[in-house]
Amino acid sequence: MTAEAGLAALWLAAALAGLQLLLAGLAVKRGEATLLGAVRPVAIVQGIMALIAMGALIAVFCASDMSVALVAENSHSAKPMLYKFAGAWGNHEGSMLLWVTILGLAGGAVALFERRLDERTLIATLGGQAAIALGFYAFLLFASNPFGRADPAPPDGAGLNPLLQDPGLAFHPPTLYIGYVGLSVAFSFAIGALVTRDVGPAFARAMRPWVLGAWIFLTLGITAGSYWAYYELGWGGWWFWDPVENASLMPWLAATALLHSVTVLATRDGLRAWTVMLAVVAFSMSMIGTFLVRSGILTSVHAFAVDPERGAFILALLAIYIGGALALFALRVGTVRAGNTFEFLSREGGLVINNLLLSVILGLVLIGTFYPIVAAAMGTQLSVGPPFFDGTAGPIALVLVAVMAAGPLLRWRRDDMQAVLERLMLPIAATLFAGAGVFVLSSKPVGALSLAGLALAAGLAVASVAPLWKRDLRRAPLFLYGMVVAHLGIAVTLAGMAASTTWTEERLVAARVGEPVQVGPFSVTFEGVNPVLGANWSALEARLAVQRGEDGATFYLRPQSRFFANPVTNTSESAIATTLDGQLYTVLGQPDNAGRWQLRLWWKPWVTLIWLGGAMVAIGGALSMLGHILRERRATRRAMEAAWA
Amino acid sequence: MRRWLLWLPLLALLVVLGFAARELMKPADRTVYSAMVGQPVPDFALPPLVPGKPGVAAAEFRAGQPRLINIFASWCIPCIAEAPQLMRLKEMGVPIEGIAIRDTPSAVTAFLARNGDPYRAIGDDKVSRVQLSLGSSGVPETFIIDGQGKIVKQHVGDIRADEVDAIYQAWRAAR
Repeated sequence: MTAEAGLAALWLAAALAGLQLLLAGLAVKRGEATLLGAVRPVAIVQGIMALIAMGALIAVFCASDMSVALVAENSHSAKPMLYKFAGAWGNHEGSMLLWVTILGLAGGAVALFERRLDERTLIATLGGQAAIALGFYAFLLFASNPFGRADPAPPDGAGLNPLLQDPGLAFHPPTLYIGYVGLSVAFSFAIGALVTRDVGPAFARAMRPWVLGAWIFLTLGITAGSYWAYYELGWGGWWFWDPVENASLMPWLAATALLHSVTVLATRDGLRAWTVMLAVVAFSMSMIGTFLVRSGILTSVHAFAVDPERGAFILALLAIYIGGALALFALRVGTVRAGNTFEFLSREGGLVINNLLLSVILGLVLIGTFYPIVAAAMGTQLSVGPPFFDGTAGPIALVLVAVMAAGPLLRWRRDDMQAVLERLMLPIAATLFAGAGVFVLSSKPVGALSLAGLALAAGLAVASVAPLWKRDLRRAPLFLYGMVVAHLGIAVTLAGMAASTTWTEERLVAARVGEPVQVGPFSVTFEGVNPVLGANWSALEARLAVQRGEDGATFYLRPQSRFFANPVTNTSESAIATTLDGQLYTVLGQPDNAGRWQLRLWWKPWVTLIWLGGAMVAIGGALSMLGHILRERRATRRAMEAAWA
Repeated sequence: MRRWLLWLPLLALLVVLGFAARELMKPADRTVYSAMVGQPVPDFALPPLVPGKPGVAAAEFRAGQPRLINIFASWCIPCIAEAPQLMRLKEMGVPIEGIAIRDTPSAVTAFLARNGDPYRAIGDDKVSRVQLSLGSSGVPETFIIDGQGKIVKQHVGDIRADEVDAIYQAWRAAR
């Protein structure tokens, strides 16, 4: 019954999206007030209907209703409640439903809250949202119905992949989806502005919170996903340049560029056509990401259930939306007036360089990710791995970091070379000092990229806080703090990447009970293996006594080799000790027949900085968003007061 | 800016989508073939495994006679299914060199007694070193080697009854 209600809600939402598109089209064409007024309520109800459908799916998952085919294929009655709940989106159909639900809610939110933008542009935007939603509703209803029944119903379900039975599942996919969908709103704004030829600061200010919001969630999603892969897969790596990771990185790169160019448009009314282009590119990257993940066209650690037919469906949607948007861009952008100009040495100039470098990195990642497909068409099978990405994107990212350090210290419109160099003295000194210090003091030879990374991280850290120098800290605007924290976060992440790459120590040993093994500053003693039992798994658990240095306190780590019965799978649960200066990472392997057990031990100095920095970047984004919203509110209030007076 | 430049992004998108669509339409052949196909066999000499049968050395392959290298193991179920086809190839006059992967003499002797013995020689590859150097990732696999010791074809998986002719023709063509 719940399943049928959910399906009905989904059909209704689809019908409302159709109505929304039709009304918006007519309204924009005729400009009638009654038509314009009808679009907002429809958008809001469409969002509510999608939410009801998602709620119904979560309800059947929580109730373990095995007569619903999707539940039977992906859930099991013995699964802990959290994973029944999160399992609703731990599969293809459910995740696509989550996608359209967030899309519908975002459209509803635009309809409810956006008051500053020109009404026709806003209605055109809502029309764009409806067009996107319609395609995805069709995809769900015709190619991936989540509410189909299994007849006869099986006695119990097939279970959820144990790698997904982790709290990370509850957060990682929804955060990324919110990010993707936020970019779809930016895309719709761009379409709306192109349709009504209204590209200017008002459009940029309306779009900015969505870009910023999407970017915050993408940052969180990527950071959390990286940490999840790091501890759950047991390989000890935090980034693999896997196609699906790239699928989340590419929208992030585009959104980062968009975030900076939209600021130029909102503040200085410059970079008009470029900002519109970036909004289109950012959403195309999220759709390409969805396509790569869902079609299974590239082999990846994210081996979702794949289906070429569904891939073809998404590919068709991609061609329609992005192709349509790019065609509209080519036709209309000639009519967009050139915005304000600026000199090369200025804040705008710095942001243009930032945008170009980000675009180049985006292009490299895109080429690396798609090259296997192109090569396959030429008849060669190959995969593109870390050596390509590290070697090409790495150096450019470092140049970008250098520009990032200088950018916020530049003035808008024009600046003076002499003055800029004076302001940059301290960061440059910090860079040189840190580089020389690492080079001289390091216990191991440091690679060129890592050395440059560590040095630049120090320079960037100093430069990031510089905009607050000599300012009244209480009166500095919140969005300035946001930028400072976010840029500092990048410095922290960069330092973590370079340091852990350089100083990581790895030991792979066949351990006998009682024999200590040295890894980094730790002495690890294997004390034996015990069986343990979990809610839906059993495991062999090693007991490792760990001591730091000669006279540190002893503590215990317990890595497990887990066995899940539904479905039958073995996983290894790493055990990690986090200290201020890094992590000790332990994995239990197989026994040999002579009473020894394989142990894999890593000492990863400063590795935690990577995710700490990621979190700081997201927090900085949130501060900045809050700051902008507060300022907009104050401006509106002042305008109203002025109107009264 | 020139007008036609504005259409470039759309063109780029269509090219990428075209490649993606092409890849999507292709039947999904996930078989990864060895990069060694078309290359000379890497040099190796494997010791004999069962009494009365010589080992396998790459040096012999350059003596002018094309042959098959069959990578197998007594613990491999598809190898049992493949055995009758190998016997037929042997009767058709194809010399077959066996490379036994991670195996023991007694197990291989029993395997040959049960399923027939198509091999001219059997080399003992205890740790899969030669298997990996040939670019083979599993058992059974069959390589066709021409008279100059070059790998001309790789067959991944067991040889089915209807594939015997194609293998035989490829062997003849390798002369």
